[in-house]
Amino acid sequence: MMSDTQTTDFAKSSAPLLQVVGISKAFPGVQALSNVSLRLYPGEILAVVGENGAGKSTLMKILAGVLQPDAGQIYLQGHPVRFRHVEDAQRHGIALIHQELNLVPNLDIAGNIFLGREPAQLGPIRWLARDIYRQAALYAQQLGIQAPLTTPVKNLSVGQQQLVEIAKALSLASRILIMDEPTSSLTPRETERLFQIIRQLSQQGVSIIYISHRLREVDQIADRVSVLRDGGNAGELAKDQINYEAMVRLMVGRELKQFYQRHFAAPVAKEALVHVTNLRFHLHQQRPISFTIYRGEVLGVAGLMGSGRTRLLETIFGIRPKISGQIYLGQREVRIQSPYDAIQAGIYLIPEDRKCHGLILEDSVCHNLSLPSLRELTRYWLIRTRQEKILARRMIAHLNIRTPHLDQPVGLLSGGNQQKTVLGKWLARRPRWLLLDEPTRGIDVHTKSEIYALIDNLAHQGVAILLVSSELEEILGLCDRVLVMHQGELAGELPRPQIHEETIMRLATGGKISL
Amino acid sequence: MKKLLGLTVFLALLYAALCIARGQLPDYAFHYNLGRDIGYYGIMTLEAGILIISGGIDLSIGSVVGLTATLLPMILLAYGETNAAYQVFAICLVLGLGALIGLAHGVLITKLGLQPFVVTLCGLFIYRGLARWISEEQVMGLGNRFAQLKGLLYADPVGPFPKFFVILLILVGVFGVFLHGTLYGRYLFAIGGNERAARYAGIAVDRYKILAYVICSTLAAFAGILYVMQHNSALPSNTGSFYELYAIAAAVLGGCSLRGGEGTVPSMVLGTAIIWLLDRWTLTLGIRSELLSTVVGAFLLAGAILEEMLRRWQSEPR
Ligand SMILES: Nc1ncnc2c1ncn2[C@@H]1O[C@H](COP(=O)(O)OP(=O)(O)OP(=O)(O)O)[C@@H](O)[C@H]1O
Ligand SMILES: [Mg+2]
Repeated sequence: MMSDTQTTDFAKSSAPLLQVVGISKAFPGVQALSNVSLRLYPGEILAVVGENGAGKSTLMKILAGVLQPDAGQIYLQGHPVRFRHVEDAQRHGIALIHQELNLVPNLDIAGNIFLGREPAQLGPIRWLARDIYRQAALYAQQLGIQAPLTTPVKNLSVGQQQLVEIAKALSLASRILIMDEPTSSLTPRETERLFQIIRQLSQQGVSIIYISHRLREVDQIADRVSVLRDGGNAGELAKDQINYEAMVRLMVGRELKQFYQRHFAAPVAKEALVHVTNLRFHLHQQRPISFTIYRGEVLGVAGLMGSGRTRLLETIFGIRPKISGQIYLGQREVRIQSPYDAIQAGIYLIPEDRKCHGLILEDSVCHNLSLPSLRELTRYWLIRTRQEKILARRMIAHLNIRTPHLDQPVGLLSGGNQQKTVLGKWLARRPRWLLLDEPTRGIDVHTKSEIYALIDNLAHQGVAILLVSSELEEILGLCDRVLVMHQGELAGELPRPQIHEETIMRLATGGKISL
Repeated sequence: MKKLLGLTVFLALLYAALCIARGQLPDYAFHYNLGRDIGYYGIMTLEAGILIISGGIDLSIGSVVGLTATLLPMILLAYGETNAAYQVFAICLVLGLGALIGLAHGVLITKLGLQPFVVTLCGLFIYRGLARWISEEQVMGLGNRFAQLKGLLYADPVGPFPKFFVILLILVGVFGVFLHGTLYGRYLFAIGGNERAARYAGIAVDRYKILAYVICSTLAAFAGILYVMQHNSALPSNTGSFYELYAIAAAVLGGCSLRGGEGTVPSMVLGTAIIWLLDRWTLTLGIRSELLSTVVGAFLLAGAILEEMLRRWQSEPR
């Protein structure tokens, strides 16, 4: 499949800026990369795609000096280079935006952008500080970061934190900018803005390596696509060959299966399962929120970043106190003060932030998967480890989680496989009402399709599902109805026939529509 | 598993070095006393370790030992000389006091959100002061009375083994199963590993954290009782001082991470054993006993450095 003869516009015009030859890297129990090669031309936007665990992040970490390869060579403008640490790579103008967020929670936005590189100026601290705020404001404006620059990043949503990461990398003014799933928690609008910036950078001669599981985006932005499979090169697509099917075929290594399609059966006897009435979840809220979910219905929640979708879910789940409002499940009111109460009532939340809320990173895959189900796995207070392992193996097979063994610390899995573990924790159980917050963030297309099938299956069993997603396709493809939020308020509700990109965006940006 | 093996090997080496230094195999009395000390201090390592695993810390262990060891003779001597039921009552009272102290710590930490370090540091001062005030700095001794009780808890060996060692083994069994086998133990590990994720998983985090503090202080009270059984009396101003630090040191030496979520019961015992072998070592080599804490500190530091180097070596390119 590798075709060295293939020529792109870039290959004609110049020699590669970066060339990677025969890189291999092993971790205990895993050969993450074997003999991988890659080229990158000046000003080129190269997309790297592959299934979860294919080795994309590992390769990028090697390029950015975070990891050292076991074998292979990196050439920069034809000269062999070796990056012993991140600063080495940065000195050569290579910056990496990590897949996992690497921000200091208590530091504010500007402080994070310039962490470790606070402009060196003598004089009073205040002056120095003001300068970083001035510089940070430029990036913030460019990327559309709306929160004040003095906000500690721990108060930002994951999507906003992602923008701060991007600003940090941009400020490194690099020759090569590597983005490892930068859009996984961005909404279409923020993604569009990011694309403008990427194109602008590329015109200025900065080369971009772009990793994403949103293949439609890749289709839009990439000049060339390089595909990894099981730690090796699986092939390359020039600009005119890039399309969804071709990418999937190379990624999976066989003809693609039919992508999962939900069948929207006409609702038979509509039976309401969930009532939320007069919910107020923050102080500045003008109007309380009320909605109903029917048995077997998938209710979507759309909105821009920071529109309060996650807060809504967290309030229902008992993580944040609500100001007022009632929640009814079936006919009965459920009083939820903590996640414990919610789970007792059969309400489960799959959280957005896998690192902080979803996983115990140092603990094993097995223990993470079984944690919410432990009560059912005990006899006389003792955990039946055999049953526990059976459960873990079942979810691993079900969701195609790539791990060398059950006892692998979950923090060592690839990002997508970590996300699958978070899903597996909860899909192992039978909820009455499932709250999903960006459930497929960072998951490859193949598995995504399987997860949609699982969600549909749950719906068929009569579970009510509330799905927050920034991925339009997900909202369009899965939801029976959609709530749209705008600045912490419910902006409107769209029935199935009205769910379109335009209607959602209109409501999400504070506009009105007529039904 | 690797850690357990490493600790065992280290312990064996230490023992061998000790034998060589003495020029002969140590006698029964030596082993008996060593077992007694490991048994006694191992109890406190266990309690400190359980807390550390759940992400907490207790600096008041020594003061609780001091307070309970001061109180017990006072209560016992009031009526208890011949009344066995009263003796049982007195012991339960003291254990209950420990539980109450733990409850107070736990509630302050979970419900008010205070830092464990601060709360238990305050405890360290408060209980020590209370012990001195209640006793008016008078040493109350059991003398040679209460032989039956002392025999039960301290004096009578079980076969060749000192009673304290056997008590430790029982506790190791109980807490080993508790921590590594039951739901509650798993929850404590989860809370120590990532408290927020544990909350999101529907674990009633506060409840289990309080439980850990109650276990810890109750065991500290138990150690206070055993102290009186061994020494007949307690010095209100001094008994138990620094015990918490030895306990934390042993737990850390045994592989507990102060970040929480890591550690095993058997390796805590090994950590304790290493510290007490070091103690015997300093004696044998004629190092002045004042230097014991220096030796322990140096070994702890060496252990930490070694572990960090191993970690780096494992993740570095070769
Ligand atoms: N530090 C590590 N220790 C052990 N195994 C690792 C480590 N880092 C990565 N791996 C393994 O190497 C393989 C490749 O991981 P990598 O993160 O590069 O995948 P990826 O292509 O980025 O996947 P994703 O799309 O899920 O982000 C995975 O199987 C992963 O479990
Ligand atoms: Mg990755």
